[in-house]
Amino acid sequence: MRTKTVLQNYLFVLPAVLIFSVFYIYPFYKVFTLSLCQWDGIAQFDFAKSFIGFRNFIELFQDKIWWGAMLQAGYITLIALTFQNALALMLALACDRDIKGGNIYRVIFYLPPVLSEVVVGLVWKWIYDGNYGLLNHWLTSIGLSNLVTDWLSNPNTALTCVAVIHCWKGFGWGFIILLAGLQTIPRQLYEAAKVDGASSWQMFKSVTIPLMVPVFILVSILTVLGTMQVFVLILSMTDGGPGYHTEVPVTRILASMVNSSRFGYACSQGVMFGAVLLAVSFVQIKLSKYMKQA
Amino acid sequence: MKERAKYKIERFLKDSVIHILLIIVSIGCLFPLLWMVSSSLKTQQTIFSDMSIFPKNPMWGNFYLAWTKGGFGMYFLNSMFYTVTVVFGIVIIASLAAFAFSRLKFPGKNILFYMFLAAMMIPLPGSFVPLYVLMTKLHLVNTRIGYILCMINVGLSFSIYLLKIFFDKMPVELEDAARIDGCSRLGIWWNMALPLAKPAIAVIVIFNSLNVWNEYILATLIFSSKNLMPLQRGLMIFQGIHITEYSLLMAGMTITTLPIILVYLIMQRHIIKGITTGVIVG
Repeated sequence: MRTKTVLQNYLFVLPAVLIFSVFYIYPFYKVFTLSLCQWDGIAQFDFAKSFIGFRNFIELFQDKIWWGAMLQAGYITLIALTFQNALALMLALACDRDIKGGNIYRVIFYLPPVLSEVVVGLVWKWIYDGNYGLLNHWLTSIGLSNLVTDWLSNPNTALTCVAVIHCWKGFGWGFIILLAGLQTIPRQLYEAAKVDGASSWQMFKSVTIPLMVPVFILVSILTVLGTMQVFVLILSMTDGGPGYHTEVPVTRILASMVNSSRFGYACSQGVMFGAVLLAVSFVQIKLSKYMKQA
Repeated sequence: MKERAKYKIERFLKDSVIHILLIIVSIGCLFPLLWMVSSSLKTQQTIFSDMSIFPKNPMWGNFYLAWTKGGFGMYFLNSMFYTVTVVFGIVIIASLAAFAFSRLKFPGKNILFYMFLAAMMIPLPGSFVPLYVLMTKLHLVNTRIGYILCMINVGLSFSIYLLKIFFDKMPVELEDAARIDGCSRLGIWWNMALPLAKPAIAVIVIFNSLNVWNEYILATLIFSSKNLMPLQRGLMIFQGIHITEYSLLMAGMTITTLPIILVYLIMQRHIIKGITTGVIVG
């Protein structure tokens, strides 16, 4: 009876564990094995035959396009960390003042994050269009025709244009989290500070910022992890072009797999990139702990 | 008195500046969508020259053309089908597992639960490569069931976690009473746990629906037949083939986006609550 009950209890978790093992754990294990192999994805896979040790990783270390993609993702991340989060914080502070219609703004700001990256990318691609785009039309009509360019085909502007759209899509998310954080700060603290004659800036500096540090850390870690892995937006806007100017790590992994049928190399890129992401978030957590003590 | 008036004026000025800022950002959020709809109502001739936001003769027929000739009707039904089945699957499978993790006893319970938890924390970029290999091996490439199972897996960890937290708060007395009345464990799950967890299930349904509806990369790798593809994939296919038919593309994008916006406007309270709890959870 007792064993029967226990066995029946296992039945409750069985479907979840089964799906998870097949579609998460097995690929997780496979990505490491494949990263040590040379395999085109078509031939019958034979580990002994295709095993090449760390050669994929050695090649990857010398792959200039790969590290360029890493840098470009870093550039987008830097813009997201600074501009996107600064805008999100500014708007959150504005909406935290019990302003009229605060909820309407909240609904509007969170609209871009719920849209699909494909739709967002294609709409902005149309606005940025070099020949018929709205942006160039406006620039011409206000007399700035010297700025007119084919935004997404120009190597000097393409990456920044993509980064701006990534921020456009993402700031509402940061805004919601920061606002939720701001609203947990007890009002009495502000009132007490006011009684003591503190200015708005002093209150912001000595009440808001210290209490918001955990939220800032959370938002910045999630921004870094999310932005470094951006790629659908890029597929729909530039597909990595012009040249390799808007390539990011995940588009490179996809290219190795789909365009050059190098499944092993693609997996080694995945492993390397995963390690970089883990290291970055680890450093961020350490750094924030250190800053909290200081 | 004078001080008070001065304070009021100051406050009014400050609020006005803030409102102006907020309104500018709001326009920035909404305008691209407006432009998408506006472009979808222009003809193939006027779209490149007519820069008005409200076209004089809106071509509602574009939506019909996109739905039939553009294939967006088919893509739409596919997206609908995947969203409903995946979300249904996630709710059933995740709630069964979360109920067991919260209420039932069996060896290895904690290890299994932490496994799901770890999956949420460890970033695994490019996991689509081995996943594709696996799907080929299992002959699940270019099948609906293959895509559905993959997408169920994507939403599983988060949903189990959220539901377990909810079930943990469920009063034990209720459960005991049900047990004395002769309710089986499955009966307690169905009659008690699920109805009580409605708020958490609402969050899970909304987030997974958005996620499935907006998913692109797995749909790209798994499907090669057009008649199985969901909307996001269909959009990219369409813009690849009919590169200059912007008005039909924009109509297709409007068809893709409209359900999302409707659901969002109806459910925005749950969504905003969900994102905050979701992040605190993660």
